[in-house]
Amino acid sequence: MCLAIPGKVIELFPGLPYLATVEVAGVRRKVDLGLLENDMPKSGDWVLIHVGFAMSKISEQDALEQMQTLIMLGESEQAIQEVRGYGLEDADEPEAS
Amino acid sequence: MAVATDSTTPKIRFREPQIEMAHGAGGIASRRLVEGLFAPLLFRSPNPALNDAASVEIGGVRLALTTDGFVVKPLRFPGGSIGELAINGTVNDLAVSGAKPEAIVASFVLEAGLPTEMLEAEVRAMANAAQQAGVAVVAGDTKVVEHGKADYMYISTTGVGSYLPGIHIDAHSVRLGDKVLLSGPIGDHGITILLARGELDFEADDLRSDTRSVFPLVQAIAREAAPGIRWMRDPTRGGVATSLNELARDCGLGIHIFEGEIPVRDTVRGACELLGLDPLHIANEGQFLAVVAPEYADAAYNALCQCSGGESAVILGEVREQPAGSVLVTTRYGGSRIVDMLVGDPLPRIC
Amino acid sequence: MKFVDEFRDPEVINKTAEEIRRLVDPARHYRLMEVCGGHTHAIYRFGLKDILPSNIELIHGPGCPVCVLPMGRIDDGLELAKDSNVVFTAFGDMMRVPGVQGSPLEHKARGMDVRIVYSPADALKLAKANPDKHVMFFAIGFETTAPSTALTIIRARAEGIHNFSVFCNHVTIIPAIRAILDSPDMRLDAFIGPGHVSTVIGCRPYEWIAVNEHKPIVVSGFEPLDMLQSIVMLLRQLKAGEAKVENQYKRVVPWEGNRAALKAMSNVFELRPYFEWRGLGFISQSALRIRDNYAEFDAERRFSVPGVRVTDPKAAQCGEVLKGVLKPAQCKLFGRECTPEHPVGALMVSSEGSCAAYYNYEHRKAMATTLAWPA
Repeated sequence: MCLAIPGKVIELFPGLPYLATVEVAGVRRKVDLGLLENDMPKSGDWVLIHVGFAMSKISEQDALEQMQTLIMLGESEQAIQEVRGYGLEDADEPEAS
Repeated sequence: MAVATDSTTPKIRFREPQIEMAHGAGGIASRRLVEGLFAPLLFRSPNPALNDAASVEIGGVRLALTTDGFVVKPLRFPGGSIGELAINGTVNDLAVSGAKPEAIVASFVLEAGLPTEMLEAEVRAMANAAQQAGVAVVAGDTKVVEHGKADYMYISTTGVGSYLPGIHIDAHSVRLGDKVLLSGPIGDHGITILLARGELDFEADDLRSDTRSVFPLVQAIAREAAPGIRWMRDPTRGGVATSLNELARDCGLGIHIFEGEIPVRDTVRGACELLGLDPLHIANEGQFLAVVAPEYADAAYNALCQCSGGESAVILGEVREQPAGSVLVTTRYGGSRIVDMLVGDPLPRIC
Repeated sequence: MKFVDEFRDPEVINKTAEEIRRLVDPARHYRLMEVCGGHTHAIYRFGLKDILPSNIELIHGPGCPVCVLPMGRIDDGLELAKDSNVVFTAFGDMMRVPGVQGSPLEHKARGMDVRIVYSPADALKLAKANPDKHVMFFAIGFETTAPSTALTIIRARAEGIHNFSVFCNHVTIIPAIRAILDSPDMRLDAFIGPGHVSTVIGCRPYEWIAVNEHKPIVVSGFEPLDMLQSIVMLLRQLKAGEAKVENQYKRVVPWEGNRAALKAMSNVFELRPYFEWRGLGFISQSALRIRDNYAEFDAERRFSVPGVRVTDPKAAQCGEVLKGVLKPAQCKLFGRECTPEHPVGALMVSSEGSCAAYYNYEHRKAMATTLAWPA
């Protein structure tokens, strides 16, 4: 019930509104988008796939914010870093005990 | 099945009433069948060293001898076919026993109704593979069975090889501190076959079986590190996990592998993530593992990397005392988990 | 892999593990239950226990749909498929689950037409491609999976497919959590909430856990960073004496859930008055069955179901392990009569069941020397 993987919508089908081709690291499958009918994904969107159905759209914004929160752990709230900028070891931060 | 009461005939330890698919999958069940039935009755040995090839002495000369059966479905898949597997599989069993493959004989069981062009394609594939592997196919046999009894065709190959000088493969010679080498990325063959069956409806462009002869690579490390090579195996059915578990059991030591070093190509990884499979359990047909004494490990590793087809080789791990008889994977975060042999074939999961 | 690799980054994981160490009170013993089998699997796969401080105990919850399925249901399902015209389809997870006369795979070896499918949509496709056969889909799963089954049935009707049916064993997560909390032996501090179930049901259904039971619950993703961050959030709540529902898995879980998925489910399914959970006994309003207006797709109505009931051997202590009262190794059968190869009870049958996970990933680790990844 829990294995769900992020995949990218790469192809939609004009006559079949609920079908899409989704790709994960070069592996492709037709996925049913019916559970997202209230907010249909477009080509290029990322969705969470479970048993051949798209369960949810993945919010890149939320993912980014989450990573930033994690990287900022123990740091001052003002330090906003790019996700890939792991220069945080340099910041002098007293260890919270 | 009656067991002879003659006290000189060994009793079988295999207690299961019938043979199941799991017994052929290369994992725990397979080992039980071999150790519990074939070994005591055929090999007359309570604890046989179950290597890829047997060593026989004929007229003072030691030769390596091995056999393998091929029942793959579908017959043809990206990167190869049953014919290629039939040659490379036996060539590789000889190679990882430290022997140069010299000659192969092949046995065909064909299903009545098999289109000739299908057979021709496979025989051509075998001829091609044999030529590439530098081995001669010297004899063969054919049987035809009724329609429905052979899934198009089954092929068995038996190979004989001459030992490379200075190599002595023995799981019992493995010592603490020995390094575990892996020739290249894992999972390609098994995932290719799984997707080629079409039941799961996945497609991938960049996916092909890795079937090939590993003898050139074995030769390369033999040249540089023969005295230090303790053990080799080609991780076919059951994958790297099964091969290393067999080693761990045979040598009684612990095999540690570093998860960050495990080479897996992106597409294979994507398929494994989607299907909930562990690449360590997936079959390979063109890779091998080698356990090498530490003083020879770097030389062996460099020799592999410089060999064509060995560029992605890695030092996967090392031999330690604990956990005795098991394989431990250390994750990139310093956590660890035991990796066991497969029970049967790897199954996709949704949970 | 995008949205996966970032959440497996070793540096950020180390930072989060440090934060956890900063947050724990060394004098306190924390008992956190991860509800979902997928989280159990992740804990073992990524070796998370090794990087958590020793006074955090992770207790494996009942969220493993294979584990809680009574054996008799498998026998019922296989019985329906004995007709040579019927194709038995199911997820890979089900294939080695033993019924009284063997598992689906064993039945396949004996000649039954049994096929693994990745999706219920594939089972429907099989039905379309084989009009002379009847394709039965053995459905399992919590609310993560039920909407996909529901939608497949809706599609089957829309496309006029008649040779397709579903043997429905879908169960719901809240009653399982309630059963845990109602258990008198239970002493839990907080919950790691099921991330993928929540993509469907949202976060509201857990509010009673915080409000009535005063236990924090954080809805968590499945990557190591997700789980560690969820533990940080739980520890912060516990430190502050709070108990609320939080959503760690924001990138995917909407607080209000997925309306279309819930609609599909309520269209096709209704709650059974009661259902037997292996190891937990009968729980009311805890499982789904197909509504009357979709009866033609209900395998239980199209075929006659024997209604086999199989009780687990008394020695199997699945119930206590499921509720987190016992550790797997404490069950008398663990590792002896009951192994992943010969599972006696529910929790050894699925690779994410507590006992199987513990057996596969831990039991021989006791004396292992854990080493740091070489630089």
